[in-house]
Amino acid sequence: MMDTLLPAHDRFRGKDLVQRLAESIARLAEGLGPLSLMHVCGTHERSVNRFGLRSLLPPNLRIIAGPGCPVCVCPVSDILAARNLALLPGIVIATFGDMVAVPTPSGSLLDARRDGADIRVIFSVADALRMARAEPEKEIVFFSIGFETTTAPTAAALVSLALDPLPNFSLIASNRVVPPALDILLGSEEFSIDGLILPGHVSVIIGTGEYRFLADRYRLSCAVAGFEPVDLLVAIRDILEQIRSGKADIQNDYPRAVLPEGNLKAKKLMAEVFEECDGVWRGLGLLPGTGLGLRSSFQAYDAMRKFGLEPIPEPAEPDTGCICPRVILGLAEPEECPGFATACRPENPLGPCMVSEEGTCAIRFEYGGMS
Amino acid sequence: MCVATPMRIIEVNGDEAKVELGGVTRTISLVLLESAAPGDYVLIHAGFAIGKVDEEEAKLTLDALAECGLDGDGEVLVDDGYAASGA
Repeated sequence: MMDTLLPAHDRFRGKDLVQRLAESIARLAEGLGPLSLMHVCGTHERSVNRFGLRSLLPPNLRIIAGPGCPVCVCPVSDILAARNLALLPGIVIATFGDMVAVPTPSGSLLDARRDGADIRVIFSVADALRMARAEPEKEIVFFSIGFETTTAPTAAALVSLALDPLPNFSLIASNRVVPPALDILLGSEEFSIDGLILPGHVSVIIGTGEYRFLADRYRLSCAVAGFEPVDLLVAIRDILEQIRSGKADIQNDYPRAVLPEGNLKAKKLMAEVFEECDGVWRGLGLLPGTGLGLRSSFQAYDAMRKFGLEPIPEPAEPDTGCICPRVILGLAEPEECPGFATACRPENPLGPCMVSEEGTCAIRFEYGGMS
Repeated sequence: MCVATPMRIIEVNGDEAKVELGGVTRTISLVLLESAAPGDYVLIHAGFAIGKVDEEEAKLTLDALAECGLDGDGEVLVDDGYAASGA
């Protein structure tokens, strides 16, 4: 991630400001008992670790890393689908880099590549389209993962094909949506949080309206946060102010990037291409209404359909000691996993959380444990 | 996947733009934005601009913090964390 800041953005990292916000948070948290605030964005966890934010917070305030890593929750069945497609002649799997090393009981995409499959890393769906145009003799299958932030570019790419079709392009649709997943998870008894730090860039796309149920039905104090240290501390401060005054609201603490209505053009493109369906989340099972399927006018781009492959049921995973499903939900910390940093390391991951740059385990490993 | 980098548009060519940050330039897609012009700051994710960064809003946020006595000027945090003692 490039680090040079835009004009005025240095101020979102000002040491003095960070210190004073930390003091303000400590005052607000005093006397409130144990508090848990959860975020649902791997990049938020990265910022928290990178800037040592947990060490600035009072001891009764806990920041939990919730499900914020789309690579980590991509079901094994979708990775197996990619592997099976890659075995067919003339097929290239174009995938975001993080997916390549994700382990499954049948091996990773990297293992498939070692066995001769043509698996290529791309940084954008646009790269996959370019590849398809440049290599008409190959079928380029884009492994489409991501939450709303990444789904928007994918939708735009598919809509562009209506005007300029590509017969040798298709995709594995493995995108997921955040708000319905939160609704299901919060409905479960295991969850006990006092506030939510809402994802900054998902919110650039969807706006803030879709989060209303968090305040109205679950009485959670919430704030959308950006990614600089000041952004996160301001969001935490504002959530605590809400808690202190018994308020449950959705506050936008990233107004320089997030509009209440979100990115209407992006939302329109997504609605044109995708419809909500049930989504399987690795380790968590089927969460109704959390997946995205291609609408009928775009189903010609569904790779599984195009190549006549049957859907694969999500396999049970052998007990490797990996506790990713609990880490993903914030019910366990990576440091509690017996394999963390020993049997399970980025070069030899037991689960997806140690692979993705947005995986909680990988981030904690990189920054040397909770900071 | 929330990683998105703010970059400045230096040139617009139809649906694409050349963007720049710290001397590094890239070509990205503008199809997710209604409008964009050189000088705009945009958030880049997976090769697409997903939204704009409003410098005025950024200043309003920082000014509001300054009013509470929370000034953002001065020394900046570095990557390896912040020493609580302020050192």
